[in-house]
Amino acid sequence: MAFKSILVVGGGISGVTAAVEASEAGNEVYLVEKESYLGGKVTQINQYFPKLCPPNCGLEINFKRIKQNPLIRVFTLSEIESIEGQEGDFTVTVKSNPRYVNQNCTACGKCAEVCPVERPNDFNYGVDKTGAIYKAHEFAFPMKYVIDDKVCLGAECGKCVSVCEYDAIELDMTPKSFKVNVGSIVWATGWDPYDATKVDYYGFGQYPNVITNVMMERLAASNGPTGGKIVRPSDGKEVKSIAFVQCAGSRDENHLTYCSGVCCMASLKQSTYVKSQYPDAKVSMFYIDVRAMGKHEEFYLKVQDDINMIKGKVGEITEDPLTHDLTIQVENQLTGENMKEKVDMVVLATGMVPATARTKIPFETTYDEDGFIASDSQKPGIYGAGCVKKPLDVASSVKDSTAAALKAIQSTVRR
Amino acid sequence: MDKKTGVYICTGCGIGESLDIESLSKVATKESKVPVCKTHSFYCGAEGAAQIKSDIENEGVNTVVIAACSSRVNYDVFEYGPSILLERTNLREQITWCHPANDEDTQMMAEDSLRMSLAKAKHIQLPESFVGENMVKTILVVGGGLSGITAALESAKAGYKSVLVEKSPVLGGWMNSLYKQAPFKAPYDVPEEVDIEERIKELEAHPDVTVYVGAEIKEIAGAPGMFDVTISQDGKTITERIGSVVLATGAVPYDATKLENLGYGKYENVITGQKMEELAKKGKIVRPDGKEVQSIAFIQCAGSRDPQHLPYCSTECCVESLKQATYLKEQNPEAAVYVFYKDIRTPGQYERLYKRVQKDGGIFVRGEISVITEDDEKNLIIQAIDVLTGATITTEGVDMVVLATGMVPTTALGESMVVQADPAEGTKKEETPAVEEILRSNLLNLAYRQGPEMPTLKYGFADSHFICFPYETRRTGIYAAGSVRMPMDAVSSIEDATGAAMKAIQCTELSANGSAVHPRVGDLSFPDFAMSRCTQCKRCTVECPFGAINEDDKFNPLPNPTRCRRCGICMGACPERIISFKNYAVPMIGNMIKAIEVPDEDEEKPRIVIFACENDAYPALDMAGINHLKYNAWVRVIPVRCLGSMNIVWIADTMSQGIDGVLLLGCKHGDDYQCHFIQGSELAETRLAKVAETLNRLDLDSDRVRMEQISITDYDKIPAILDGFAARLEELGPNPYKGF
Repeated sequence: MAFKSILVVGGGISGVTAAVEASEAGNEVYLVEKESYLGGKVTQINQYFPKLCPPNCGLEINFKRIKQNPLIRVFTLSEIESIEGQEGDFTVTVKSNPRYVNQNCTACGKCAEVCPVERPNDFNYGVDKTGAIYKAHEFAFPMKYVIDDKVCLGAECGKCVSVCEYDAIELDMTPKSFKVNVGSIVWATGWDPYDATKVDYYGFGQYPNVITNVMMERLAASNGPTGGKIVRPSDGKEVKSIAFVQCAGSRDENHLTYCSGVCCMASLKQSTYVKSQYPDAKVSMFYIDVRAMGKHEEFYLKVQDDINMIKGKVGEITEDPLTHDLTIQVENQLTGENMKEKVDMVVLATGMVPATARTKIPFETTYDEDGFIASDSQKPGIYGAGCVKKPLDVASSVKDSTAAALKAIQSTVRR
Repeated sequence: MDKKTGVYICTGCGIGESLDIESLSKVATKESKVPVCKTHSFYCGAEGAAQIKSDIENEGVNTVVIAACSSRVNYDVFEYGPSILLERTNLREQITWCHPANDEDTQMMAEDSLRMSLAKAKHIQLPESFVGENMVKTILVVGGGLSGITAALESAKAGYKSVLVEKSPVLGGWMNSLYKQAPFKAPYDVPEEVDIEERIKELEAHPDVTVYVGAEIKEIAGAPGMFDVTISQDGKTITERIGSVVLATGAVPYDATKLENLGYGKYENVITGQKMEELAKKGKIVRPDGKEVQSIAFIQCAGSRDPQHLPYCSTECCVESLKQATYLKEQNPEAAVYVFYKDIRTPGQYERLYKRVQKDGGIFVRGEISVITEDDEKNLIIQAIDVLTGATITTEGVDMVVLATGMVPTTALGESMVVQADPAEGTKKEETPAVEEILRSNLLNLAYRQGPEMPTLKYGFADSHFICFPYETRRTGIYAAGSVRMPMDAVSSIEDATGAAMKAIQCTELSANGSAVHPRVGDLSFPDFAMSRCTQCKRCTVECPFGAINEDDKFNPLPNPTRCRRCGICMGACPERIISFKNYAVPMIGNMIKAIEVPDEDEEKPRIVIFACENDAYPALDMAGINHLKYNAWVRVIPVRCLGSMNIVWIADTMSQGIDGVLLLGCKHGDDYQCHFIQGSELAETRLAKVAETLNRLDLDSDRVRMEQISITDYDKIPAILDGFAARLEELGPNPYKGF
């Protein structure tokens, strides 16, 4: 007899969706997430296009769905070690890494106040710092602190342990592995931003005022490292001119051959972040094609008048080492003119790399040459969902993972 | 149920250091005479949790009031199953974390908060779930194209019976007209054989699928779990009992005859993409005059991205034209292929198809077509305007022009109708909320008070308004899939239809259990109508955003519990206050308001009631607390399911009690609304307009009632909003009804 339960790997918007959708039809679900919180990449996004609404709104509803549903069991800080078996009867080994903070944590925050260590805040792409014990972000779910064991000084420091009134900190926690039996698996581990340092002629990593689109989300977020103020990283100055450089790595045979699908809309959206703070700022967008699909066209039409749209792929970005101002070189494809444009700041619209390009499913699976799970050769019982299949925006990821939930249910009832 | 109430006051997380717990306990023990009131320094810890569990098991406590942290946290610790009533008093996030410790006003705030919880706990009852008669889990799929076939087949594969109804005599829809389909798989640059035949065979062979072709839906009556569907086929009438519905009627190509400047209908060698597929299917691509096609021009956005025609991008046309370019190149590698475009839109791996056509020598011209003319040999001359320079480009005669016409959803076709609001006599026009337009597209023929089809979004698509919830519709249990929802390609349609089938299945399961569907899954309550007091004003039937309530011929409301989303908007709308839920009712909130102690005028302690939407505003208030933001201690927060459930009698209750102001915190409305119940926050604002008049009549300045739109991330604005309102009230002075 087939196992009725379903394993969902990845707790971003795709995984959360697959889990709640399957469970609300009556299936038991294990949801496994490697980070200390659910929500994944969308928790780092300031606003969604085209409504310019906050992702935390929909996440709040999804978390509420999880909270009231006893059929979902969430494992954060956990990874899949191995998968054995077949559709209807998989045995999966899950490794839970230690949080070093137990259920007693009330998120009161006293521990963080006494922690003597600092670490770069990965949630904000290293723009600011947290303690070794920290709350991942303000809307973290579950709302519990976590310790970064790579930097924690351990028991010999122990300041957090002594200040905690609830015996919530256990510095001697160890990783634990356990097995679950499931009928099917949804793999929804999402995506990584393409490594912008590989596009070395754009100067990311060398020039402080060249940032990526994902960093821009944190800069614009009111709970981000700058309190939502978009400023130049080099000197904290207001932004008078900014350039969005599209296809920074995408649609490029030397980097990502495919189009990442969402970056055009993301940059158009980010231009509204800039314009709402600096109505007089000069915003330029350098693009090959603007891909505002379907009804998104309306958003493109609405914001393009505020932006200087230039068709052309940026060749190189250089920096004035004194002022850290940037100069963009581009051939305007419409005029044929070689342009140089000086700006305060550059946002690279880096693309999406499937997480499966880096970490494969520990089970025989076919991928395309870019590491996306191949659509036609999925093993029965294991289903990719969201950006591990192709570059997708949020609504499309949700749609795809709702579909994956049904495929997973089918695997538990197949006769 | 005989209630035995237990109140558990937690002193952890700084609550104990901040408040006088003994005085707070007296609110429960002395004022309310609750039989059990305990305190503990750590109720969410093992010992504290065990104390409450033991009281439930051994002392017969069945109504638990936990005065501690927000209900958004420790929900798992404080969970006692369906037979226990639970109320959480938010002392931590909304009181002690954002107000000064050991302060008289903070203490009053906490005591009122407990009083309100106790008033609520006294009122609420355990919901009894609705179970309909003869409920089924069969999925009806309307439309037999790729999306419809997928939805029906995927439902059946999950063990659910499905019924598919297709208007035309054959299944397959648009896919039948294709020579090849755009690539589904790697290497993504080779068009593939159309596989619709296999899908049809699999569908027809499935024992749990019933297919009606050449058939139409005459009527869908009823509600999720118990829809009665009338189908007509060959003059026969068939009825089916249905659990939920997938609308997959697809899209049609934009009418090319409207594109005069592109010469369609005027020149026989200007054809549509659809015709191109037909030609390729026949074999050699030749013109009607027999001339072999040596040169071809694809005109992209023929009607799309054009405010005169279709303002949106039809998404699929770039890929389709590129695919068709390969048809010709395959037959005739020397053929000249031109593509006139605005932007080439080949997202994801379709980029590889674009690259291939570029490599094969396709010539891409970015320009807008001004006119197409014909020469003596029926070759076509294309005049385009360069977008930037404004210069005119003219081609030599090409043998054929293919117009990439866009998609028009089938829901956008049909005569427009406005469902009349029929305001009752005596009510004024401006009090009537905006009504929605519905097109008589003859797809579903719903026997609904609010019209026969799905309300659509802009451009007529039956899409969701929510990014996070793309299957959300305004008709419970009816989910749109495929190109009727938004422009999409074949691969996306398959995914979309599978997802819609998932939602449809889920709806039948939840309805059978008496539970609400999204976003209140698990809620077993449903509205009860005290019909003897109904005045047939139609307010509830008109305002329900989900069309849940029908009417009989005497205008009495006929509720449909499985269509209901439990937002309470009907409850807010009803002027007679006859609508209530077991655990959410007008008098329940009224009693909470009455529980607030209002100090005398000379004490100079104003009071403000906040009705906060529990989805966004309430968490925002929590977040303000978590960040230890400070605001005045005059406010008393009452969470509501949706601001649309606010009944204006609550404002009267508040004012008559001498409370100085009412603040409504709800979601953003307007075009980009964020209200999860569609119109709730907007309806609340509409009702406020009505209140303003009454207040002024009573010599109460209408400024005493204010509404603010707030999202969950706006918590940093909370102090300014709350203190700004308090400042305005101070200007107005105390409520003159104070002490009456």
